[in-house]
Order: sequence, then structure tokens, then C-alpha cells
Amino acid sequence: IMKLQLPNPRLEDRIYSYDELEKMEKEEAGDRPKWDNKAQYMLTCIGFCVGLGNVWRFPYLCQSHGGGAFMIPFLILLVFEGIPLLHLEFAIGQRLRKGSVGVWNAIHPYLGGVGIASMMVSFLVGLYYNTIIAWVMWYFFNSFQEPLPWSQCPLNENKTGYIKECADSSPVDYYWYRETLNISTKIDDSGSVHWWLLLCLACAWAVLYVCCIRGIETTGKAVYITSTLPYLVLTIFLIRGLTLKGSVNGIIYLFTPDIDELANPATWLDAGAQVFYSFSLAFGGLISFSSYNSVHNNCERDAVIISVINGFTSIYAATVIYSIIGFRATERYDDCISGNIVSLLNTFNLPDGNITEATYEQALQSLNSTFPTELSNLNLPTCNMDKFLSDGVEGTGLAFIVFTEAITKMPISPLWSILFFIMLFCLGLSSMFGNIEGVLVPMQDLKIFPKSWPKEAITGTICLGCFLLAIIFVQSSGNYWLALFDSFAGSIPLLIIAFCEMVGVVYLYGIDRFNKDIEFMIGHKPNIFWQATWRVISPLIMLFIFLFYFVTKVNQELLYIAWDPEYVNFPSLKELGYPSWVYVIIFILAGIPSLSVPITAIFKWIHNRCRKGEDHTNLMTVSSVVSMKNIY
Amino acid sequence: MIQYLPIFKKMLQKYPGRNRERQNALVTETGDSPGMAKGMITGARGDTHDGYKVRLSIKTALGKDAYQWNEDEKFLFRATIAFAMRAYTKDESYNVSSVLICNETQRVSFWIQVKRPNTAIPVQQDLLEKAIISSRNRINSAFLLSDKTLEFVGITSTLPSPIEPSYPVWLVVFGVVIGIVTLGIIAIIVSGVLAKKRKIKEIEDGDELEKEDNIVENGIYCGVLEIKEGVNNGAFAHEDDSLTKL
Repeated sequence: IMKLQLPNPRLEDRIYSYDELEKMEKEEAGDRPKWDNKAQYMLTCIGFCVGLGNVWRFPYLCQSHGGGAFMIPFLILLVFEGIPLLHLEFAIGQRLRKGSVGVWNAIHPYLGGVGIASMMVSFLVGLYYNTIIAWVMWYFFNSFQEPLPWSQCPLNENKTGYIKECADSSPVDYYWYRETLNISTKIDDSGSVHWWLLLCLACAWAVLYVCCIRGIETTGKAVYITSTLPYLVLTIFLIRGLTLKGSVNGIIYLFTPDIDELANPATWLDAGAQVFYSFSLAFGGLISFSSYNSVHNNCERDAVIISVINGFTSIYAATVIYSIIGFRATERYDDCISGNIVSLLNTFNLPDGNITEATYEQALQSLNSTFPTELSNLNLPTCNMDKFLSDGVEGTGLAFIVFTEAITKMPISPLWSILFFIMLFCLGLSSMFGNIEGVLVPMQDLKIFPKSWPKEAITGTICLGCFLLAIIFVQSSGNYWLALFDSFAGSIPLLIIAFCEMVGVVYLYGIDRFNKDIEFMIGHKPNIFWQATWRVISPLIMLFIFLFYFVTKVNQELLYIAWDPEYVNFPSLKELGYPSWVYVIIFILAGIPSLSVPITAIFKWIHNRCRKGEDHTNLMTVSSVVSMKNIY
Repeated sequence: MIQYLPIFKKMLQKYPGRNRERQNALVTETGDSPGMAKGMITGARGDTHDGYKVRLSIKTALGKDAYQWNEDEKFLFRATIAFAMRAYTKDESYNVSSVLICNETQRVSFWIQVKRPNTAIPVQQDLLEKAIISSRNRINSAFLLSDKTLEFVGITSTLPSPIEPSYPVWLVVFGVVIGIVTLGIIAIIVSGVLAKKRKIKEIEDGDELEKEDNIVENGIYCGVLEIKEGVNNGAFAHEDDSLTKL
């Protein structure tokens, strides 16, 4: 059953033979782009894999699933799920030398839908991902002033106090929800398009266009900066963070292992999902990038190196983030204690300086024994350091609320703010390169654009089209739409695509042929580890994660959280149910890419039945194209 | 999930201190025990009384350089309040004796009351408040304290308006970035168009060159061949043998 091979007629006609590959290698024939050097390729792949998720999703998962203990499932699944899938995508791209649609069409015409699904997912994810970059740019533009605009609340009309919404929550919350997003109270309430965000969105798409204008010719140069700068900034922040008070508490808290969490299946599933999404698999971008390599490039070594770097970056970023969060938690704790001390001194008219942070506990106890009623009337909040540390925030909340607040407490805040948002910008932009590649190359393969159009015009049209569609995200309800896209466009379809990829390569293309290909490309057959993971282990893991995700998503009530100043528990976020028309949107986001796999297969089958008489006459095979070029 | 400041901050602002205590003109200066925390003024009649509770946090403000709160400091305090009244009402008859201090605690906190000059009638609450607000800075500086460490309970300090730049800074940065990006796009497109034009020109030149003398056929320039109308190729010449040998 291991050697199961599904029938795949005329496969050789659709793919290059080894001789043709060698010829192409020597003559450097064809108009296919190439990497200038290996470093560009590695930096582009690392940039694609290392993204915002490494910075704001992994630390949250780590902290909420038992700290240091989370490393165990993460590293195990990295080895058994991430590396095999990565190696598979690299090898298949390098061997077949086409983008995602081309590769799957070559493996089997009925599998073309996998490529189309990849293209759709890359497109939908690219839409909202670049909006996050637009928000990052907005904060970056606003960081060039002292004091930072999110460090203080604006005054109300008669200047007697702060604006109520800000006073009830906090300056950073107010700045994010009101002055940046100007968010409405629910997703139905679209509000208006906000011009300041529209300008930032245009800027984000313009920067992306200038970097991708000629495909990898230009992105290859851009990645020298966008892939390396984040590491530099993280190091700077680590050094700065370690000099702040309380940062070590944060790091210790992050890595303190709680072994009991390993028994919780949710931990393993979250680790698996994080590894999968973190590697940007199934987007089609990696297959494209790999296809521009020379045929004998050692893709096995590349896969291992990139996986290790990705894992290391996640852990490194988590350390940095939590050093800053530790500092912030300590600041809050100190504020809490000193506030309580002042209240005690005022109420009981004790001399100033009588109670210090060190003597706080015992003073509290002695006051409790002598004046219990007055003490309880004060309603002093309990200052719990662990609670401040465990206020786990992820996603945009981490970057735009928690971290910005921590930055305002650091001296020379504008500098740290600028550095931080440049880092987020580079992380996001380098991931967008992969998304654009995953949209551009399939569109070229599907011949959607006329051949006479230069590459600049094609990229320009794609960027312009995406910008216009992304205007949904800059209205008042934009954040809710973004959360919707994030939950549905980027989750279930990717798992389906990845599963189909594995099954398609191992059982339709044939693991024997694949092994021979790799031996031809890098000189030795893949060892037992690769065989076991490709054939059994990784597909099973993908299947488990997919089933779990699907079952949870289907069973859970569709809720979202909204910012509503009128809410009773404001500033907590209010949970609302989605309106019924959202189900249509969810179907478009998750259903259409997933269903394009079977639908394309059925469509091709019907097409084949209708053309059964015509047989091979019009088939222009790959080998004929190559030999035509040789005549010249 | 969002973060919000702990509720204790609200507590500080809304400390339910006793605003106006009922007390008569006779006040005692006694050190209070903690049991008198709510600031009960010992007074005979409990009439309406206009005054403010003052709270100093000298150690918090000055740390090691903190001075002791003694009779001289109290004298200075009464003098500054009198000064504030003089400055605001422009009435020079206010004197140190118009200001009374009572109910001191170890916290250091006490009540002050200002009487109209040469009378026993206390001044209006809001008059006193306005006078204090207008000279707040001077009162603070006399004691090397700030609004936070020299509190008049009940008088909220005017909040400092947030420093707003005169022009939106972000638009400047945005303009710079967009300018650079636009220049980049134009530069790349123009260089691409120029490179294509150059390539087309090269191919055309190459075609023209083919028609020139640089083409060689069998070691003889084509141009030469055309002029000479052909060249004798010895391999095919049979001049010597018009007849084949038997």
C-alpha cells in the first residue's frame, strides 16, 4: 500500500525529460527568469516564510500553551510536518520548472484545480495582508513626533477632562480604534471610507508594485533589505529590552514550562497549525521561486536550512516580544502598587513614605487587622504580576496596542516606534512578495493577460485591482472584514491544498519517479526519513489538523468581537453574532478555492469526453517546444 | 482582547474626600490619630465652613532632599495663600493672620480656611478656589512641589492640553515616501522601455549588417563575389580534360 501508484497516462509528455533539463541548464535557454545568486533565492524564501505570524502569533501560543513546554510539540511538528512539505514543494518546483498551475497541470490535468485554488488563496490573503501593512505604515508615519500621538488622550470640548471613550479605555486603545480605524460598532455598519487609511493603502500597494514590477528581477534586489532588516531590529530591541526593568520576568514567564499542557490536544493542534501557516505552504509561491533555480540545486539542504531559520526566528522573536511585555507588565504592577500606597496613605493619614513597595504587603495586613471596614471600602485592586504578564494578546492587538503602549514608556520613544514599525513593514512586505508571485505566475500560465503586455503592465494591473478591492478594509467596518478574511480565507483551503499536494505528488506523480528525480537533481536518493514522512506521516498530520479545524469551525457559533463604547462592560470587546449574509461571504472565501479542486477535475473530464475523437493532433508537448528552440 | 488601565487610576481622581466639613470659626490645631481619618473637625458649632483640605507629599517629591514640615513651613504656607488672595482680589489687606490651618495629620495634610481681612467671616469657596488656581504655580514653587504632590482636595488642576504639532507630521513623511516610490516606478519603467528600444535597434542593426561585406562565403567576401561575378572553383573545373581518359 506504500507503493500505491494511481494510473497517470502520458505523464512523460507533459514534463521535461532529464536530457531536456540538462540541455536547458547548459544553454540557459528560454525566457524563464533566473535568480542572480543563491543568496537572493534563500533570502526571498526566508522572507516569505518569516512574516508577521512569527512575531505576533507564535509568542502568544507559546505563552498560552505552557511556555517552554510548547517548544516540544512545535519542534516535533516542525520536523515531521514542516520540513517534508517544504522539501516537497521545492523539489517539485525545481523539477517541473513551472508555477503552481503549470506544475499541477503537468502532474495530472485533473489536478489543475489545486493550482487554481492556490492562486485564489494567495489573492485573498494578499488583499488583507497588505491592509495590515497599510496600518503599519500609518503608525510609522505618525512615529516621527515627540510625544507620540498615542501616549496621551485628547481633551474634550470644554477642556475639563479627557474624551470619555479614551478615559474609559486607554490612550493606545483610543488611538487604534478611534483615530486610526474609526471603527463602527458592527460589521453591518460600513460607515465611510477613511481617506487617511486610503492614502496609506495606496502607499502600501505602490511600494509593493515598485518591488515586484519586474518579477524576481526586482524582488531579488529588494529582499536584501526586507529580509535582513527585521533580524537587525529584533537584536536592537533585545539589547534595549534586556536593559529595561522587568524584562527578564517576561522571558522567564514565557519559557517556564508547564508540562501538563502537553496532554492537551489543543496544544498539539495549535502547534501543527502554526508550523503549517508559518511556512507559507500551499500558496504556490514557494513552488514558483524554486522553479527559477538551476536543476541541480540542492533543494534538500535548502529546505532544512530554511525550516531551521524559520523556527529559530519564531523563538527569537518570542524572546524579544516577551522581554518588552515583561517590562510593560512590571510598569503596570509598579503603577498599581504605588497607586494603592497613595490611597492608603491618604485614607489613613500616614506619613508620606511610611509605606514603600517593600513594606506594602505587611502594611496592608496590619491595616486590615486594625481597620478592616475602611480598608474594604477602599476597594483596592489587587496587583498581581502574573495577571499582567498573562494578559496574552496576539495579532494586531499585540502590535498596535500592547507594544505601542510599552514603547511610550521607553525613553526616546519615537526612535523605538520607528524601528518597530519598519521591522513589521519589512516582515509583511517580504511575505507579500510570495503572495504576488503566487498570483502573478498562475495568471500568466492561464493566459489571462494578452502576451503582448509587458510584465510591468501585468503587475501594475494586478496591484491596481487588488488595491481597489482592498478598499473594503479601509471603511469603518474594515477591521471586522479583515478578521473574517483571516479566519476563513487562509485556513481551511490551505489545508486542503496541502493535503492534495502530498497525495498528488506521492500517489499520482509517483513516489518512485519523485525519488529518481531528486537523485537526478541533487545526486542521492532521499533517505528513509523523507520516504516515511512523505508517504504516511505528513499526510496523516495534515488530515488530522484539517478535520479538527473543520469540525471546530462548523460546530462553533460564528461570533466576532466588536468595539462598542456603549457596551456595558466597555472597554472589554463585545461578542456579536454574524449577520446571515456573512455566510455567503464565508462560502466565497473558503468554499470556492476548496471546491475549485474537484470542479476543475470534473470540468476537464467533461472536456475530455467531448474531445475524445480528436486525440493527440493538437497536443503540443513539452519536448516538441524544447527541440524547436534547438533548431535556432 | 484589549488592555485597559486598572480602575485604580479612576479611584485616585475621584477620591471621596470630605469636601467641605462643617465647622465653625473656632478651630483646633491638633495632630490627628488615624481614627480621625475622615477629617472630622473638632468645632463647636458645625456651621458652613469654606476651606480646603491640603495634602503634601514632600518625601515623594524630593526624596532625600525632603525638608521637615514644621512651624516655619506652615507660616510660609499661610503667607503664600495670603499672597494668592492679594494677587487675585487686589486687596492688600489680606495678611498671614487671615489664613488658618487646622486638623493637621502626619500625612502631612491639613485644612486651611481664609477669613476676610479683619473679620471672622470666611471668604467664599469659589473665590478661594479661583485665587488658588491663579497662583497655583507660585504656591507649588514656593514648596518645590507640583500639582500632584501639593494637592488641594477638590480643586482639579487644569489638564495640560496635549501638545499638538501645528501641521500633520504624518502627511510630510507620507509625501516623502510616495515621492520616492513614484520616482522609482517611473525610473524602472523608463529604463525598461529604453532597454527594449535598444534591443530592437540592435537586432535591426544586426539585420542590416548581414547585407554588408562582413558576410563571408567559402572564404570569399560576398561583395567581392558579386563584383567578380563568380569565382572559379578549381574542384569543379574540367579545363584540362575535355575528354575523359579511357
